[in-house]
Amino acid sequence: MNSSPALTFTERGIYCAAGDFHIDPWRPVARALITHGHADHARSGHGHYLATHAALPVMRHRLGDIDAQGIAFGETIRIGDASVSFHPAGHVPGSAQIRVEVGREVWVASGDYKTEPDGLSEPFEPLKCHHFITESTFGLPVFRWQAQTHVAAQINAWWAKCAAEGKTAFLGAYALGKAQRLLSMLDPEIGPILTHGAVEATNAVLRQQGLPLPDTLGVTPETDHKAQKGALVLAPPSALGSAWARKFGPQETAFVSGWMQLRGVRRRRAGDRGFVISDHADWNGLLTAIKETGAENIYVTHGYTEIFTRYLNENGWHAQVVPTEFEGESLDAEGSE
Amino acid sequence: MIRFAALFNTIDQSTKTNAKVAALADYFDSAPDEDRMWTMALFSGRRPKRAVTTTKLREWAAETADIPLWLFEESYPIVGDLAETIALVLPLSETTNDDSLTQWITRLRDASQTDDAARKAFVLVAWETLGGTERFVFNKLITGGFRMGVSQKLMTRALSKATGKAEAELAHRLMGNWHPDHTSWHALIEADDAAVDASRPYPFYLAYALEGPPDALGAPENWRAEWKWDGIRGQLILRDGQHFVWSRGEELMTDRFPELARSVDFLPPGTVLDGELLVWHPHSDSPASFNALQKRIGRKTVPKKLLADAPVVLHAYDLLEWQGEDLRDAPFAERRKILEELCAPLPVAAPVRLSPQLEFTKWDELADLRDVARDENAEGIMLKRSDSPYLVGRKKGDWWKWKLAPLTIDAVMIYAQAGHGRRANLFTDFTFAVWDGNELVPFAKAYSGLTDAEFREITKWVRKNTLQRFGPVRQVTPHHVFEIAFEGIQASPRHKSGVALRFPRMSRWRQDKPLQEANTLEDLNDMLRIYG
Ligand SMILES: [Zn+2]
Ligand SMILES: [Zn+2]
Repeated sequence: MNSSPALTFTERGIYCAAGDFHIDPWRPVARALITHGHADHARSGHGHYLATHAALPVMRHRLGDIDAQGIAFGETIRIGDASVSFHPAGHVPGSAQIRVEVGREVWVASGDYKTEPDGLSEPFEPLKCHHFITESTFGLPVFRWQAQTHVAAQINAWWAKCAAEGKTAFLGAYALGKAQRLLSMLDPEIGPILTHGAVEATNAVLRQQGLPLPDTLGVTPETDHKAQKGALVLAPPSALGSAWARKFGPQETAFVSGWMQLRGVRRRRAGDRGFVISDHADWNGLLTAIKETGAENIYVTHGYTEIFTRYLNENGWHAQVVPTEFEGESLDAEGSE
Repeated sequence: MIRFAALFNTIDQSTKTNAKVAALADYFDSAPDEDRMWTMALFSGRRPKRAVTTTKLREWAAETADIPLWLFEESYPIVGDLAETIALVLPLSETTNDDSLTQWITRLRDASQTDDAARKAFVLVAWETLGGTERFVFNKLITGGFRMGVSQKLMTRALSKATGKAEAELAHRLMGNWHPDHTSWHALIEADDAAVDASRPYPFYLAYALEGPPDALGAPENWRAEWKWDGIRGQLILRDGQHFVWSRGEELMTDRFPELARSVDFLPPGTVLDGELLVWHPHSDSPASFNALQKRIGRKTVPKKLLADAPVVLHAYDLLEWQGEDLRDAPFAERRKILEELCAPLPVAAPVRLSPQLEFTKWDELADLRDVARDENAEGIMLKRSDSPYLVGRKKGDWWKWKLAPLTIDAVMIYAQAGHGRRANLFTDFTFAVWDGNELVPFAKAYSGLTDAEFREITKWVRKNTLQRFGPVRQVTPHHVFEIAFEGIQASPRHKSGVALRFPRMSRWRQDKPLQEANTLEDLNDMLRIYG
């Protein structure tokens, strides 16, 4: 029974033979367990979906009419010979690590995660296991995030300066997760907060499930662009600098991403400013999370996989790279993250 | 150093020239004399001598960060900048130190006089006391190289704003042999009668690239044309019985081209020529290819054999000073006339020759000449308006370079590597191959020429089509064909294909072209025979 591992890595994704299901598969399968609603984890075309109650509304919004079942954080269900439960990953609201137990063997597929609480997502929960599947999007020692409050102060100072100079501040962030996190960091005293349609649609879904987001004003064709003095506009990166954005008159643009840690990326993509905020764990976050699992076997799915794996192996773990189609933090509009 | 670091940050964060100029002008207006001299020096490449080897710096940084050296070495190419990598891996510092830029530079130079242990102690203390951008700037001071988008032009604009002096005058003052050690702010920028330095060159006037056909320039009779040589732009200065040779990059190259010493025997003092340094064998009709000149570049002293194998002459195309008078405001036609008279009597032995002009009355005739430019070892045609003065820097309107279309070949992408620095999250460095029978032979690497959107698309594709990984390099399924453009080709036994290309870049993604229709090694060898 214990001769073959509980989870294996196949062409379609992470597979559990005991329960005959896949986790975050990238090809169509009969039964998919989904960690969170980002495009590289929740894909269309599966027969049946299982995800947390908190993740499902956004998935339905993105994928349309799917055959899906919700599960509460911490609730254990039996699928075939496997016990399965979902636990907070702290990545975006509703995101989960999936714990799978078969026989005595415990696996955790963490999807995407971050260890610092962001005030909006259910905080990351360390789980004991034998086998831990981890990302390594920012798995280099040059990636270390500053506290969220510190970056929030930087962003608000920039916004206030734009407002004082009569400019509209454009903040580029992908619609699910980062945008809402930024909303919760902004100081509404500075001015009105406007949102691009793509961001506002996700806001509406999350508000409906009870997430505390500040008031925002969706930009529509009827919006009086010149009347928005001192406003900040939250939009997907692809909308920055577009004809849509130019209607607002004098403006500054800023990108928000973990990649902004690198001066080179900042200079290429940042517009006027770049702020370092990521929904993925930094170097210390990854190492802390891995240590806390107590796992000996680590599977590294995406990011700086080779380097990170080598480091883990030199430090006493048994780590290996497993090729997947997850994409890490993107700087693009379509934003898989 | 906080003031300098803040300036650095503002310039670095801004994409707008006006904001950079304003920040720099502000700094020049308020910083102490010594600091502004050093700032100008750093931004114009006059950096203090490297006090510590980069090998030591890497070791010390890894040790302080408590990571293995290999992990530091793997991170460095991804960040793309050593000073930044060090600043990013070191433990965060809550405080900083506000000694001046000049004080820090002085300390750094003092440290270079001591032994390794003392240097290490100095560097570690600096890392501990300096925070944020100051620490990064300190690392930049050690590793040298403040390449950060402050061009000479931008700096003169800011200086002009801060001092009220004309940009052209400042540009002239800033050229030549000054250094904060022996030049004061007053002497360099303010003194009414700045000591006329015999070696001081004129700022170069640079041409813009002509995109379409020249018809848009108006009547051909208002224009003069000459070959655009594929050499090194240089300024030959003859004053006070001495001679000086300057590169466009403001580098004094006098000793690298000893042939030009004889120019004082043929030309009078008070003469300044603008021209192209070319390898040209005495009885040849055209200059040798750039490959020949390449052997001379970077050699500070030239062995006799090389002098004989690759003799350099200046092909003069403009006269900036004559009989000690600045001629730059005179129309080009007038300058050219004096230049021709000056060069007419020069014997073959003189290291200076007149760069000929091309005869044409219609633009069509010039287009025909351009088509044979490669036979002359020229890379296109220069067009200069007859009545144009000699301006400073790159200005649109009077001078145009009408370059040849590059050579191209269709090749298959076989390896991909992530970029670094600004492109750390994308696959941007590719290896290309051509067919040799059924085998693909790699022949060139290229990492520019695609749009950001194309790089993002290919990055996604590479992730899904990796066959094998060799460290950072991924071997991918041969599938995509790209048109590779390049400026020249030469034989190279070091390369598996036997050829090396000059300035290869991706000019088009041939999504329309099937794999089998990429070019062959035979096609490359044909090009080598014709253009090598
Ligand atoms: Zn995600
Ligand atoms: Zn992901």
